[in-house]
Amino acid sequence: MSEAPLLSVQDLSVAFSQGGGQSVAVDHISFDIAKGETVALVGESGSGKSVSALSVLKLLPYPSASHPSGKILFQGADLLAMGEKQLRQVRGNKITMIFQEPMTSLNPLHTIEHQIVEILKLHQGMADRPAKARTLALLKEVGIRDPEKRLDAYPHQLSGGQRQRVMIAMALANEPELLIADEPTTALDVTVQAQILELLAALKSRKGMSMLFITHDLGIVRKIADRVCVMTKGKIVETGPTKDIFANPQHPYTRHLLAAEPKGKPPAANADAKAVMTGKDIKVWFPIKQGFFRRVVDHVKAVDGIDVTVRAGQTLGVVGESGSGKTTLGLALARMISSTGTIQFNGRDINQLTFNAMRPLRRELQIVFQDPFGSLSPRMSIAEIIEEGLKIHAPKLSPDERDDKVVDVLKEVGLDPASRNRYPHEFSGGQRQRVAIARAMVLNPRFVMLDEPTSALDMSVQAQVVDLLRNLQAKHDLAYLFISHDLKVIRALANDVIVMRNGRIVEAGPSEQIFGNPQTDYTRALISAAFKIETAPAGIVSQ
Amino acid sequence: MSEASVTAGVVPQRMPRPFLSPLNTRRLHNFKANRRGYWSLWIFLVLFVLSLFAEFIANDKPIVASYKGEILFPVLVAYPEEKFGGFYAVTDYRDPVIQDEINAHGWMVWPPIRYSYQTVNNAIPEAAPAKPSWEYDAKTRCNQYPQGAADPACIVGNWNWLGTDDQARDVLARVIYGFRISVLFGLILTAGSALIGVGAGAVQGYFGGWTDLLFQRFIEIWSAIPVLYLLLIVAAILPPGFFILLGLMLLFSWVALVGVVRAEFLRARNFEYVNAARALGVPNRTIMFRHLLPNAMVATLTFLPFLLSGSISTLTSLDYLGFGLPPGSASLGELLKQAQRNLNAPWLGISGFVVISLMLSLLVFVGEATRDAFDPRKTFK
Repeated sequence: MSEAPLLSVQDLSVAFSQGGGQSVAVDHISFDIAKGETVALVGESGSGKSVSALSVLKLLPYPSASHPSGKILFQGADLLAMGEKQLRQVRGNKITMIFQEPMTSLNPLHTIEHQIVEILKLHQGMADRPAKARTLALLKEVGIRDPEKRLDAYPHQLSGGQRQRVMIAMALANEPELLIADEPTTALDVTVQAQILELLAALKSRKGMSMLFITHDLGIVRKIADRVCVMTKGKIVETGPTKDIFANPQHPYTRHLLAAEPKGKPPAANADAKAVMTGKDIKVWFPIKQGFFRRVVDHVKAVDGIDVTVRAGQTLGVVGESGSGKTTLGLALARMISSTGTIQFNGRDINQLTFNAMRPLRRELQIVFQDPFGSLSPRMSIAEIIEEGLKIHAPKLSPDERDDKVVDVLKEVGLDPASRNRYPHEFSGGQRQRVAIARAMVLNPRFVMLDEPTSALDMSVQAQVVDLLRNLQAKHDLAYLFISHDLKVIRALANDVIVMRNGRIVEAGPSEQIFGNPQTDYTRALISAAFKIETAPAGIVSQ
Repeated sequence: MSEASVTAGVVPQRMPRPFLSPLNTRRLHNFKANRRGYWSLWIFLVLFVLSLFAEFIANDKPIVASYKGEILFPVLVAYPEEKFGGFYAVTDYRDPVIQDEINAHGWMVWPPIRYSYQTVNNAIPEAAPAKPSWEYDAKTRCNQYPQGAADPACIVGNWNWLGTDDQARDVLARVIYGFRISVLFGLILTAGSALIGVGAGAVQGYFGGWTDLLFQRFIEIWSAIPVLYLLLIVAAILPPGFFILLGLMLLFSWVALVGVVRAEFLRARNFEYVNAARALGVPNRTIMFRHLLPNAMVATLTFLPFLLSGSISTLTSLDYLGFGLPPGSASLGELLKQAQRNLNAPWLGISGFVVISLMLSLLVFVGEATRDAFDPRKTFK
């Protein structure tokens, strides 16, 4: 590269002081971004990629964060040495940022017009009228339909994808030289993710910006980045053009990342296996009440007449975008929320049973929740967490016998039994999800509802959890209802798949058929968005 | 597998659980880091424990006495005067005749202050309220004793360190007993309100819906009842007493905690680990105790010291108005009332003010430190 790079990070370190000690989050990293180039920082959670990006704009919680070494040169000037006043000229003006969570990065109390106009006035001193016109142009540019109508919308009136588009419009308002995108699509559905990525790529080439793209998803990197920096434990272990990294990874960690995708196939389905759980015409309608007397005027049809059958030793995968009603369906089957229709468990009709009458059945009907950080009580040790079910369903066990069972199940899910007196916060996300699985498994269930058990985890940990689930299923002849928006995980685990949208089944059938020969446009759009990160023609999926 | 370390054939060892969880260790550390609150707690505890043994510090009976070879404990046992050759049912150990009798046939050990909270000092040098004894010279101080300054009763043990009130009772003794009764009243009231308030808040927050709605409306009506009128009415029917007052106050003070606890339960009842417990079939009662109560405890514990100081000042103000403890009991509010009536005796007002403000300040400082201890954002410092 003959030209001087736009941004040059040289030998940067970031340390956090915590209590008495110091922990180094970023350890002597260097990378350059040339004009018009997209560089991706890839790594798993805790690798220091977000911290690196935030330190470019000095957005870390100083003074508890500090930079023991390094320089960040932007157009030749060292950002780290700049004062607050000079920095403000750069922030939001020459370098802008979009964040992961579009739900919280917009102010809920202001209209989107107000929020964009504010930036234009602040940085460019625009008057009201031109600022409004520019806002409209920006919204059009980021592909918001009917931008005139959307100007007065509040953030909560927009979908996640639309909000992220507004965030992008705000970031572009000042024609930045560099856009930092911190996991901008992680919180979005796959179909929306594909749209946003396409938008970012188009805007970048149209405006000649550079982009620093932070992500944990290698699929996205392959799609969007010119060059890749692979980070782990605060260090950049490998850097190079995207093609080379994917074709010929040098560092073992890069290879490990590339190999981490959930793989494997579910065991062959036996169509004669006993149906453990069957649901017929399941409906979950939430009433919409209006007026002084709270009359029921309409219903939100979260689940609207769905039939499912889950057989012993097999997995039924439920896929759909957020809001499609897949979790509601799972909760209805597990009798956590009330529903209409018939639910048969082991041949017994359970939809009319009371909470108390359900209790003996709960032993065989277990749930693993999505968020391993939320589903374990922070004030109980993991032994207590796992024991809790035993105390209810096997009250005759002595404390020692219970402890033995806890030890056995911890070994089974691949955790060290000696750690059972520790508290959840001492474990990583993957280990916590193992604890949550152990809590379900210790009761020897027949049916387990898994509600997005892998979506909060890093890619390589996802693969391990999928392997664990598959082994447990084979060993105990378990029936799984596997809910996920992640088609890769579903393909690795499910024998049968149902695709849901707006509370209804779009398509259902054996896994090979759904993935190999999808019948509906919606399924095809989902699959191409998930595996190839491609957008579907307008109208098939929501924005 | 980097995630997990499976060691095959590990002997399951039963490790003792640490006494304090890491979270509580941090809280204790935070509490100690607030030096003012930490020392306040110690000072308060020392004063409280001392006041629990008030009978051994300020009393009109000896702690131990030996009479004709027999060891007696007048502070614990009420001996009739017959024992010492008199004829009353209760012995007045301050009576010179009894004192001479016991000293002639043995000895006795007096508490450092020879007055109880209702002992009337018959030998005050001037009309009550009398100044603190150290304000008089030796001659004036003992001019009411039969032998003047040479009287055996003219000793430091019979001093009124903080003077006497308008009924010639020792102010220091009354303050010590008053401190004890105030703190005990506050503690019992706080514990009672916490128990009822947490229970009511928990039920409302956990079940929500109609339970919550009706209960909330009930509380609104309930807390609109004017407590003072009720006290007046009840005082006309029932004899005043410590427990009647406590019960009446308890009827209304529990409302204070309901809001906080209800909010915590409302927030936490949809936590995923609560759902997980429900999915395991854990009964509601257990979920409330094991999973939700610890969440609400933080808010509750932070609130308690303030509730305690609030209860104490309520008792004091009721006593001041005359609707509190029965006449004659040691009460700080009554001391303040006397101070207001006897402006010529500033030692009454100063003693009362210092004791009450010291007690309340200590409790507020402890409360602050508790709040710091439970503040999750206090970690980095």
